[in-house]
Amino acid sequence: MIRLEHVSKTFSGQNEVHAVRDVSLHIAPGEIFGIIGFSGAGKSTLVRCINLLERPTQGKVFVDGLELTALGEKALRQERKKMGMIFQQFNLLMQRNCLDNICFPMEIAGVSRGRARKQAMELLELVDLPDKAGAYPAQLSGGQKQRVAIARSLASDPKVLLCDEATSALDPQSTRAILRLIQKINRETGITVVVITHEMTVVEEICHKVAILDHGEMVETGRVEDIFSNPQTDAGRRLVYPDGVALEQLPTGRVVRVAFNGNSSYEPLVASLAMDCGVKVNILGADTRSIDGKAFGTMLLGLPQDGTEAARALAYLKGQANVTVEEVRDYHG
Amino acid sequence: MDKFLSQMTEIFTTPKYLEEFLDGIWETTYSTVVSTAVAFLLGLVLAVLLVVGDKDGVRPLPTPIMKALNIVINILRSVPFLILMLFVLDLSLVLVGTKIGTKAAIPPLIVAAAPFIARLVETSLRETDRGVIEAAQAMGCSPFQIVWKVMLPECRPALISSFTTSFITILSYGAMAGAIGGGGLGKTAINYGLYKFNGAVMLVATTLIVILVQIAQAIGGHLAQRSDKRLR
Ligand SMILES: Nc1ncnc2c1ncn2[C@@H]1O[C@H](COP(=O)(O)OP(=O)(O)OP(=O)(O)O)[C@@H](O)[C@H]1O
Ligand SMILES: [Mg+2]
Repeated sequence: MIRLEHVSKTFSGQNEVHAVRDVSLHIAPGEIFGIIGFSGAGKSTLVRCINLLERPTQGKVFVDGLELTALGEKALRQERKKMGMIFQQFNLLMQRNCLDNICFPMEIAGVSRGRARKQAMELLELVDLPDKAGAYPAQLSGGQKQRVAIARSLASDPKVLLCDEATSALDPQSTRAILRLIQKINRETGITVVVITHEMTVVEEICHKVAILDHGEMVETGRVEDIFSNPQTDAGRRLVYPDGVALEQLPTGRVVRVAFNGNSSYEPLVASLAMDCGVKVNILGADTRSIDGKAFGTMLLGLPQDGTEAARALAYLKGQANVTVEEVRDYHG
Repeated sequence: MDKFLSQMTEIFTTPKYLEEFLDGIWETTYSTVVSTAVAFLLGLVLAVLLVVGDKDGVRPLPTPIMKALNIVINILRSVPFLILMLFVLDLSLVLVGTKIGTKAAIPPLIVAAAPFIARLVETSLRETDRGVIEAAQAMGCSPFQIVWKVMLPECRPALISSFTTSFITILSYGAMAGAIGGGGLGKTAINYGLYKFNGAVMLVATTLIVILVQIAQAIGGHLAQRSDKRLR
């Protein structure tokens, strides 16, 4: 549905900023695709390259088989009508009430007023705000505003929904509700969703696939459970395990991170480690996350100071099925 | 003081004065409304050009055009009104067929006020939330639609305030125009106060101007506030 080929964006100015560097990715129809990275990584720039709010300095953008980068202004505007977008700051028209905000894209598309209003009411039902038709954005909470923005983005019946930090201005509860709503819409309509975020939890909650962006480069991409259970890059690890333990404070030598895919759990493993090879390890931290309904556990283990014992423990852990082990070198949080 | 009192009594007992004031109110109101309407429209168009044609605007225009536009507006704004009026009165002769009276003052008022209004409105339009404009672009709005359906409606309260300010500014310019042949309350005040040494008439005429300004400000302020949906 969306294909980026070697997309780069450089902002020229006194000092050039390479906001996006040579990113290629493919997002399949019906997928919820997360793009995650730290602040300034170029996430917003990248997503704005998809609907060409930002024109890439290099590379091609295809949406639904059409090369957007080759289109003229007018044809591009036509294509943009088939893409919805929601923002961190909602960006509703403050002088229009909710119903008229939702009517706006249809007005632009030339839909008759009567039909637009009818469809807008249906969309308000969909986002669970049927009684807010006449309310102005200033009268709504953040979560409600984002619901209206979602309804508005769906009004033109788009094939693609772009979400730039759509939940970053919301409290955890509203965040969940909005994510549920996006998930529900994705399941019911098969719309392709691109979710930009700096929070791993958002990706875990709804995304099927994820790309990690670091300093404008896409350093990792793949299924969420794969990236989550075994991040390959430094940026990936810092995103997946945001609050680490400072290494200086650890009483032990080496630290390893053990991740369980699926059903296994960590207590029996630590016990069997002690029994089977006589090595005691410290559990420095443990965490279970649920991704797309499946439970994933991770555990930080401090290995003994003694080199041979540590090696034995490591070998034992690596020998376990459904477990990935990885040494943590720079654990400074 | 006796003279002032007797002049005052005269105003309220002689129908001639009443007529003079009523005419003055009418002429002032009429010329101000017409001038403001036309000047505001012109100013609005200029302001939209300034904002939209800017290099980060929604429809950038060639830099030389923008430069020229800015320079012309700045020049017109910096020439003192009375001098500008002397120049533009020839235009009045062509447009309305006379160089004196209420009608003659309208073209100079428009020429003097439009650039001022352009700057006033420009400031408001620039304050439109960038994010909202971006959202509109993402929805496939054309530059015209962005101006017409986003910028202007979103700025409506500010535009009403600008209109009020324009109206009041033009009212005071119009009073000045009384000095060189314009009509209305300004003319009455200057004629009587300056040339006929009738302080009472001058005072009443000036008070009437002040009252008109107060009314305009009250109505404008009220409308601006009522139309702003961000406040509720
Ligand atoms: N219009 C612009 N002109 C110049 N530099 C820009 C512009 N927009 C973004 N940048 C720069 O590009 C880089 C990436 O910015 P971007 O907004 O894409 O980051 P982000 O990942 O979305 O960050 P955040 O999570 O804070 O929103 C930053 O260094 C930023 O300063
Ligand atoms: Mg951003």
